[in-house]
Amino acid sequence: MSAPTTVPPPRTAEPPRPPGRSLISRVLGRPEVGAVAAAVAIFIFFFAIAPVFRTPPAFSTVLYASSTIGIVAVGVCLLMIGGEFDLSSGVSVVTSALTAAMVSFQLSLNIWVGVVVSLIVALGIGFFNGYMVCRTGIPSFLITLSSFFMLRGINLGVTKAVTGTVATPNVSELDGFATGKAIFASDIDLGFINIKITVLWWLLFTAIATWILLRTRVGNWIFAAGGNAASARAVGVPVSKVKIGLFMGVAFVAWFYGMHLMFSFSSVQSGLGIGNEFIYIIAVVVGGALLTGGYGSALGAAVGAFIFGMTTQGIVFAGFDPNWFFTFLGAMLLLAVLVNLYVKNYSLTRK
Amino acid sequence: MTSTRRFLRGAAAVAALLTATTALTACSSKGGAQSQDAAGGGKRLTVAMVTHEQPGDTFWDKIRAGAQDAARDHNVDLKYSNNENGPEQATLVQNAIDSKVDGLAVTLSNADAVIPVVKKAVEARIPVVVFNQGIDQYAQAGAKMYFGSDEDLAGQTVGKRIASDGGGKALCVIQAQGSVALEARCAGVKKTFPNTENIYVNGADKPAEQASIGGKLQQDPAITHVVTLGAGDAMAALNAETDSGSKAKVVTFDLNPDAAKAIKDGKIGFSVDQQPYVQGYMAVTALWLNLTNGNDLGGGKPVLTGPSFVDATNIDQILPYTSNNKR
Repeated sequence: MSAPTTVPPPRTAEPPRPPGRSLISRVLGRPEVGAVAAAVAIFIFFFAIAPVFRTPPAFSTVLYASSTIGIVAVGVCLLMIGGEFDLSSGVSVVTSALTAAMVSFQLSLNIWVGVVVSLIVALGIGFFNGYMVCRTGIPSFLITLSSFFMLRGINLGVTKAVTGTVATPNVSELDGFATGKAIFASDIDLGFINIKITVLWWLLFTAIATWILLRTRVGNWIFAAGGNAASARAVGVPVSKVKIGLFMGVAFVAWFYGMHLMFSFSSVQSGLGIGNEFIYIIAVVVGGALLTGGYGSALGAAVGAFIFGMTTQGIVFAGFDPNWFFTFLGAMLLLAVLVNLYVKNYSLTRK
Repeated sequence: MTSTRRFLRGAAAVAALLTATTALTACSSKGGAQSQDAAGGGKRLTVAMVTHEQPGDTFWDKIRAGAQDAARDHNVDLKYSNNENGPEQATLVQNAIDSKVDGLAVTLSNADAVIPVVKKAVEARIPVVVFNQGIDQYAQAGAKMYFGSDEDLAGQTVGKRIASDGGGKALCVIQAQGSVALEARCAGVKKTFPNTENIYVNGADKPAEQASIGGKLQQDPAITHVVTLGAGDAMAALNAETDSGSKAKVVTFDLNPDAAKAIKDGKIGFSVDQQPYVQGYMAVTALWLNLTNGNDLGGGKPVLTGPSFVDATNIDQILPYTSNNKR
């Protein structure tokens, strides 16, 4: 369709900086710096008031809670920088897990068959979302809202029809479960602290996403597509391909977390995941990304997830009344966003 | 520019204020515990209660009322936390283990998700009591005791009663999709009263729930009994009957003041109560007995808190208790 386009020469990293700009200025110019400041503040807060929070097992629990948000938030972050939303990310996690569990159990197959089939299904959902958005031009909010409702119904309807109950059978007896558990849901003993493998995957995905955004041409395309799709298209960025790819990226991380759910808990309840899509979006926004697209950082999304995990667990460690849980959570998030704003403006006005 | 600055300064002040307020709240609660400690004397036990409560539910408020009363009676420090999703609830149990609590009371609504971490608590020599849900799994999780209702048995008693009532067709209203316990109740009803149909409604949205039940009653006039699985849902069903002009009898699981009054007025046939206050009270009390006196209850079998019938014959005695959040 489109004529061979002139691709701008691959730029390395960020544009050259004016000479004499100090290291501090450069650090303060990053999108995630406000989130880091907020994370430090919240960490000190809980460290001071909750003695249990200072112990290594507690920190491991905080990291685990953060990683379960952060893994999906990485994909959502790239998508949001690319200027789109995905409201189906929370339920597609569960769709993936249900697919893998039911396919392998009902057909008595090696569980890895289910894992692969569910990856294909997940990528298909991502492709569907992306294709519909790019093809129709309807806002992704509406397209993925429809996917969200459809998947929510499919999760329950298919599970009930296939298994007769609302949860999948226990799949831990199937062949290949042990290797899957080692990859997706094992514990790693580091001597002083025992962490879940999801924490490592979370860090790895964040590192890969950061590398893509800052060091590759695709990264530039993502920023361009989210900043101004028309101009990006005009300079030859394959906007539709980038966006479809980003939706499939979200589908991939959702699938990955779905596999963690299945291997960690052996059976999957069909009603899970609803509402989590907003938690991923919140983590990304707290991490400094703009809701309008074109600006953000994968590292910021990781910090946002860490703030969320730290706050949800810290409130319990501190023994606050759970009736007030969401009030504390809201106050903490507001605090994070305010600190974020303050630091960002400080860094912009700083000469 | 200056206005932005001013706004920012304001924002920073708000942030500081928030931190200070939260910090103050934390300090005073700590002080309270310490002063009570001094008054009671001896070591104050800490019990964590981790449930799958959806926040703001009247049923769970009674469980918590029971747990809090028991904690006060036995000078136990109760740490309550909840999340309706299995994986998150499992993390909260891990949180309790990290906090080195003396005892753990937990619900197993999402048994597969929560059991592995409950086993960890048992390994860490924390005595565990399962309550409310998990009658078939509590022993497998390594818990010593179970307090709760047998959902299947409760459903069967309802079905029997509808049959003896001369019912023609029952509608079983499930107010939350995907709950194993609610499904078990309706399955139990169907066992003893086979002509039972399930309908799924959105219990979090009462007007929508009322409309769904009303629509079903209009569509199928053969229905003689409506079985609701929660007291609030029974009220929605009553309203739906008024709207649709149906004469079907409403019977329900669980109680609240409105439902109790409706039983008194003869609008609701009967309620099978699983006595949530008792579940919360006994979970904490049993842990306290175990920790201070080495006791266990039930002789290795589940201790049933239900089904307990509430109908015209005993409502006069029970009605007063419903208004102070105990029934």
